[in-house]
Amino acid sequence: MKSAVVLLPGLNRDRDMIAALTKISGHAPATVWETDTAIPDVDLIVIPGGFSYGDYLRCGAIAARMPVMRAVAEKAAAGAMVIGVCNGFQILVEAGLLPGALMRNSSLRFVCREVKLSVANANTAFTRSYRAGQVLRCPVAHHDGNYFADAETLGRIEGNGQVVFRYAEGTNPNGSVNDIAGIMNEKGNVLGMMPHPENLIEAAHGGTDGRGLFESALGLEAA
Amino acid sequence: MTIPNDVKITPELVASHGLKPDEYQRILDLIGREPSFTELGIFSAMWNEHCSYKSSKKWLRTLPTSGAVVIQGPGENAGVVDIGDGDCVVFKMESHNHPSYIEPYQGAATGVGGILRDVFTMGARPVAAMNALRFGEPGHPKTRHLVAGVVAGVGGYGNSFGVPTVGGEVNFDARYNGNCLVNAFAAGLAKTDGIFYSKAEGVGLPVVYLGAKTGRDGVGGATMASAEFDDKIEEKRPTVQVGDPFTEKCLLEACLELMASGAVIAIQDMGAAGLTCSAVEMGAKGDLGIEIDLDKVPVREERMSAYEMMLSESQERMLMVLRPEKEAEAAAIFRKWGLDFAIVGRTTDDLRFRILHQGEQVADLPIKDLGDKAPEYDRPWTEPVVRPALAADDIPQADVADALLKLLGSADLSSRRWVYEQYDTLIQGNSLQRPGGDAGVVRVDGHPAKALAFSSDVTPRYCEADPYEGGKQAVAECWRNLTATGALPLAATDNLNFGNPERPEIMGQFVAAIKGIGEACRALDFPIVSGNVSLYNETNGRGILPTPTIGGVGLLADWNRMARIGFAAGDEAILLVGAPKNWGSHLGQSVYLRDLFGRADGPPPPVDLAHERKVGDFVRGLIRDGVATAVHDLSDGGLAVALAEMAMASGIGATVNQLNGLSPVPLFFGEDQGRYLVTIARDRVESFHAGRIGDSGIFAPWIGTTGGTALKLGEARAVPVSELRRAHEGWFPAFMAGEPAPELAPAA
Repeated sequence: MKSAVVLLPGLNRDRDMIAALTKISGHAPATVWETDTAIPDVDLIVIPGGFSYGDYLRCGAIAARMPVMRAVAEKAAAGAMVIGVCNGFQILVEAGLLPGALMRNSSLRFVCREVKLSVANANTAFTRSYRAGQVLRCPVAHHDGNYFADAETLGRIEGNGQVVFRYAEGTNPNGSVNDIAGIMNEKGNVLGMMPHPENLIEAAHGGTDGRGLFESALGLEAA
Repeated sequence: MTIPNDVKITPELVASHGLKPDEYQRILDLIGREPSFTELGIFSAMWNEHCSYKSSKKWLRTLPTSGAVVIQGPGENAGVVDIGDGDCVVFKMESHNHPSYIEPYQGAATGVGGILRDVFTMGARPVAAMNALRFGEPGHPKTRHLVAGVVAGVGGYGNSFGVPTVGGEVNFDARYNGNCLVNAFAAGLAKTDGIFYSKAEGVGLPVVYLGAKTGRDGVGGATMASAEFDDKIEEKRPTVQVGDPFTEKCLLEACLELMASGAVIAIQDMGAAGLTCSAVEMGAKGDLGIEIDLDKVPVREERMSAYEMMLSESQERMLMVLRPEKEAEAAAIFRKWGLDFAIVGRTTDDLRFRILHQGEQVADLPIKDLGDKAPEYDRPWTEPVVRPALAADDIPQADVADALLKLLGSADLSSRRWVYEQYDTLIQGNSLQRPGGDAGVVRVDGHPAKALAFSSDVTPRYCEADPYEGGKQAVAECWRNLTATGALPLAATDNLNFGNPERPEIMGQFVAAIKGIGEACRALDFPIVSGNVSLYNETNGRGILPTPTIGGVGLLADWNRMARIGFAAGDEAILLVGAPKNWGSHLGQSVYLRDLFGRADGPPPPVDLAHERKVGDFVRGLIRDGVATAVHDLSDGGLAVALAEMAMASGIGATVNQLNGLSPVPLFFGEDQGRYLVTIARDRVESFHAGRIGDSGIFAPWIGTTGGTALKLGEARAVPVSELRRAHEGWFPAFMAGEPAPELAPAA
């Protein structure tokens, strides 16, 4: 399967994401720039983390209005898989591709540490390499990861199985409602998550728990 | 507000620019007339302590700055060191002390931004950052505010820019009540054939302004940082710049793209004294004149005067000399990244520094003299008074377990997790060791096995008691921390923070510390390749503790053979490598005396540099050969604290012997130098002592064994590792929440 990484000024985990996709799939992903209005023919589009446009407005708000995001939305509507990690998640929410909002961490501070994630739904295109309820290690690094949705929306996404990852074992680092760490859209082809699986994919990272996400999305056999 | 260029130059105006009467006379003699207002500003920017090093230059020249792997020593934006395979590491440490005290968030943020810019100006992509922070006593009313602001500022800039913060220091002492220290370190990777310098070449070539627009922020910042503080400090807030890490990140990418295009002849970032310093530097180094037309400079405020534009310290700006035929290509790269790109001047052959503004020539100065003819002082200094040794019967006693818990839960030795969790420590995906160990370690991107180790060190209380030994110790401890990961120390950067050099006793501290640093660097083959001096860290006549921070870089040939501090397994032998016969006994200037008994007595532990080197080389060999399973150096708090740190990092306890007939306090809390804790498999101990140690002259007694879930030191009660952790982790969050430190569990 082919993949592409969206590049925007101020994103800074693009190199991490490109390295992860390259190491796991054996192929370097294509890249698309903020002003690109078309995305090459790929099965998976990834929006990496960072601080797009400095996030001087609401996180992801400026990025969500760039031309390339219209192209991402079109691809998603046509069924391509989309993953947004950290700032990428914030951008997908701001672009209306995922429900809810990401608020400032309840501590009001940036937090970088390892947390535990439980796989809330293993029956998705992004998590089929994992078991339901499996607990993963995964790092987080963000200032605005406090997921929120109104009661009606929350009830709907919980009922539909759209919650894909939850912070587990008391490690919720940001105050997210229902310990939500990652969600997908109703159709199940767009995933947003705050933690960084791309930073836990090889021995040098001290673990490989993040690989399963990319292996699932790229249609590779679980290692 | 527009300040005309023909303001009358009065003695008061000269003094308010930080220029002494004899320095002003020197200006008159050099140019043969009264300077214009803009010219006075340019002189004050070039001749202040921060930019000219006028008090320190004489002594800085005594430091060793060359070596087999040194590609570029001091004098450029950063030092450059060869790491083989066509790669090099580019690094420097720089202070942002004065601005951080006035406005902690922006002061610290722009300190990080400035040092990152120094590194990528040379063509290197930043791969690691560290920060050495020093604050006043915890109870001082400003301390919490400064800690919160500085840490958020460091994180806010570095996290957004996208560089992992892999190490640093945070300490508290009443002597920093009026002047906090923010020393920012950055390192980047470049190709040895892709280094860029500031020396301009070629006459009539375009001088290009890149990056952010110029505003009024930071006007006079470098001059502010060259004076002491007094009660009117709040008035200095406008001299602090405002950081924009997003623009800096774009500037990094644009500069690296532009450098790869072959368009760049010379490049210099605009740091202290902004456009003035960068233009003079480029011209003077290349024996060229520079002419700048300020009407072409991109500005973000209206009606800025020539004086303000020349002295603005607006951030995220660069000056470059460009190959004219590449101009269109270069402009396109900068447009892509949304940055300003303007040809603001040209190089000339007349060695003049000429500034035009609104059709008028506002400055015309001899460019070489601005730097070369800056005053240089051989300031009077007095030999520091070294303190007498502690009497053997003058050692206050305490229960070893209680004392250990108190130290682990103290302001200086407690966990820095509250701080480093606000820094992105793993971005770029190459962090092998994050804060909390002896040194940060980062893989060399694109190489299968190599990694770089980074550590920042100084023990200010040692430097206060004996600046010479303290200077040696700062270098030795940095070298030791790098060694403890298995890295070969390559070179260092120094960030020398002192009080007012016009006082002979402060100048004496400076001179002695430099002598100590120089001697240690020579003995350990650890040259100083870049650095920064910050003087006048003084408020109302009271100076800081002398704080010569050393930032070191080491190279691991293969990170699969790398040591960490946590015990690797139970039932392993613990060796105290490099110990004296009594394992250790030096309590002068120890944290044991200072933090438990309020005493700053005695001399600091001396550093035997030959011993240091021999033991370090030996330990590195143990790591390289896979014999050592865990390694930790001994420093503040001695043997007891080092053992506790190894236990806390792993959750594995240990039982440690005590030498018969010796008092346990000096043994467990002495801070003798040149020692490491090394664990090895138990069945290797005999062959180790018979074989490896051989006749090396190194003493490495087997002092204990790992295992269990508690740490038992000699006769003292066993302390569960969970209790050690509770003490260690509790202090910082409680302090920042304004709560009393958590109660320690009562003695069992």
